[in-house]
Amino acid sequence: MTHSAPLITTPVGTIEAISKALGKHLVSIEEANNEIAVHIHRDALVECMIQLRDECAYQQLMEIAGVDWPDRDPRFEVVYCLLSLTKNHRIRVHLVTNEDQPVPSVTGIWPVAGWLEREVFDMYGVLFSGNTDLRRILTDYGFAGHPQRKDFPLSGYVELRYSEEEKRVKYEPVQLAQDFRNFDFLSPWEGADYILPGDEKTGEGAGKAVPPPTPKTTDTATQTGAGKAANKEAVKRSVRKPKATGDKA
Amino acid sequence: MSMQQDLAPTTGDDVIQNYTINFGPQHPAAHGVLRLVMELDGEIVERLDPHIGLLHRGTEKLIEYKTYLQALPYFDRLDYASPMAMEHSYVLAVEKLLDLEVPLRAQYLRVLFAELTRIKNHTLNIAHHIIDVGAMTPPLWLYEIREDIMGFYERASGARMHAAWFRPGGVHQDVPLKLLTDIAEWLDDRMPRLFEDAMSLVVDNRIFKQRNVDIAIVSKEDAIKWGFSGPMIRGAGIPWDIRKSQPYDVYDRIEFDIPVGTRGDCYDRFMVRVEEVRQSVRIMKQCLQQMPEGPVCSDDRKVVPPKRAEMKQSMEALIHHFKLYTEGFKVPAGSVYVATESPKGEFGVYLVADGSNKPYRCKIRPTAFSHLQAMDFMTRGHMLADTTAILGALDIVFGECDR
Repeated sequence: MTHSAPLITTPVGTIEAISKALGKHLVSIEEANNEIAVHIHRDALVECMIQLRDECAYQQLMEIAGVDWPDRDPRFEVVYCLLSLTKNHRIRVHLVTNEDQPVPSVTGIWPVAGWLEREVFDMYGVLFSGNTDLRRILTDYGFAGHPQRKDFPLSGYVELRYSEEEKRVKYEPVQLAQDFRNFDFLSPWEGADYILPGDEKTGEGAGKAVPPPTPKTTDTATQTGAGKAANKEAVKRSVRKPKATGDKA
Repeated sequence: MSMQQDLAPTTGDDVIQNYTINFGPQHPAAHGVLRLVMELDGEIVERLDPHIGLLHRGTEKLIEYKTYLQALPYFDRLDYASPMAMEHSYVLAVEKLLDLEVPLRAQYLRVLFAELTRIKNHTLNIAHHIIDVGAMTPPLWLYEIREDIMGFYERASGARMHAAWFRPGGVHQDVPLKLLTDIAEWLDDRMPRLFEDAMSLVVDNRIFKQRNVDIAIVSKEDAIKWGFSGPMIRGAGIPWDIRKSQPYDVYDRIEFDIPVGTRGDCYDRFMVRVEEVRQSVRIMKQCLQQMPEGPVCSDDRKVVPPKRAEMKQSMEALIHHFKLYTEGFKVPAGSVYVATESPKGEFGVYLVADGSNKPYRCKIRPTAFSHLQAMDFMTRGHMLADTTAILGALDIVFGECDR
């Protein structure tokens, strides 16, 4: 470990203790980047959190983060970041859900979850059953849509301005003066997974980027690309005749 | 209608209805754009519903469309009262995913400026807390300190507020020696003189104590349940500080104390911040003493762009410079949650990388979110005028709360 990020030492046997406490509710548990991620079944969330708080001493819920993976099914991941003040340790609890499958609320365990769940609902449209106050929190009054989803455009759908004529704030569809530009800086030789311009007709395998050509060297004369020497006649210079000067205007 | 008239306190004042008022969003004591919908019984607050999001700018969404380096300046604009402390969490998260080593001088410089930022934030908060409960003179003196600090910011980074000076791998450029000596002089003389003068007017002031002592007492259990951190959890009596318990950069080489409150009221939270300013001065002095010479940025040319002077001589440097400022660097796939002790509490970044040059997801954990949420139970049963004292002691900045 060479980085200087906050130093968290995982006590020996933590993974075993968590696996034992969660039992059959556990899907998987892994340690990566020196952090423990616990994946659990959605329906058993409340039981798991009570176990983690009481048995494993993770007293504080610091954060609930949503992540959108449009290619996966179920689509949304909800991540709970827990902190143990007594063991000086952090873990993350992950679960997956869908638009129409509600996640059990943990507001009964940690009241702080109220607003955190409201935010995930606002940003992703994930429902939390048992949260009595599941209103939008960060977006505008009367906002439609869930802005953090990957299919929600960066510019949004509506913009608002103050209308001098009508003396009120008006909502209008977004009109961009310039097309939205999203530059692609991926190097094609590092495996861009789309068809490069000009490669459309190559058919099968067109999705693969072309590997770079072997570097050109000119160690010997044959590698210079000059070809064979021309015949000697061609080298001779033809005698140039002086131009006729008669028709000079 | 007729029923309401029957209930109206027209005769004998026996029946008094609760009424609801709006506090903000345009109110000088709302610390930005906070709208509190308060239900009052006379002057007693019965229920309080904070409406936030009026400063929501979609920072997390914007970051997903930017390279790792382009995303950095957004962090300055979160908590604009302590910009460099916001950058700190982000650069550490990126470095953790890259497993990038930072030179020692850069780590000292970061700690030095993070503590300078803490003083900057606390002087602002203390000043506003004092002005919210009615005193005028101390804020003027505290703003002097803040002005000096913005001068130091400018001399280090070129910007008075939005520095963008912490970078993955170190800091953007080295500071001149004169700046360090000036900071040392300022810490010895001007800063304590201004600060202690201002504090001598309030800490033992009778009126200030009447407005703050025993207001909004938070027990240890409540502080844990409501996700408190920073001065809020320390004010409730729990000695928890990420700089001590999970040290990052060079905090493990530095000696400092953690102030803890005894009663968990607004006065304790205020005094914790006052003492933290003094501890920050101590930390900065040690940084200045211990700071070695050397590079201020990692020499990993696949992450940190070369300096301009180098580009004039080296083709390799020119290529790296071009690639890093267009494509940016790639971060290996993975996810980390990195939290640092920002002046307001635990400021965390949950960063999900998918191996490309842009963050797949960057969830920002604001400190204000959990603290403001707790305001409802903290304010219940208190007078309307106490709301400003409670809000002042929460230390909320809406750039960070709404993102």
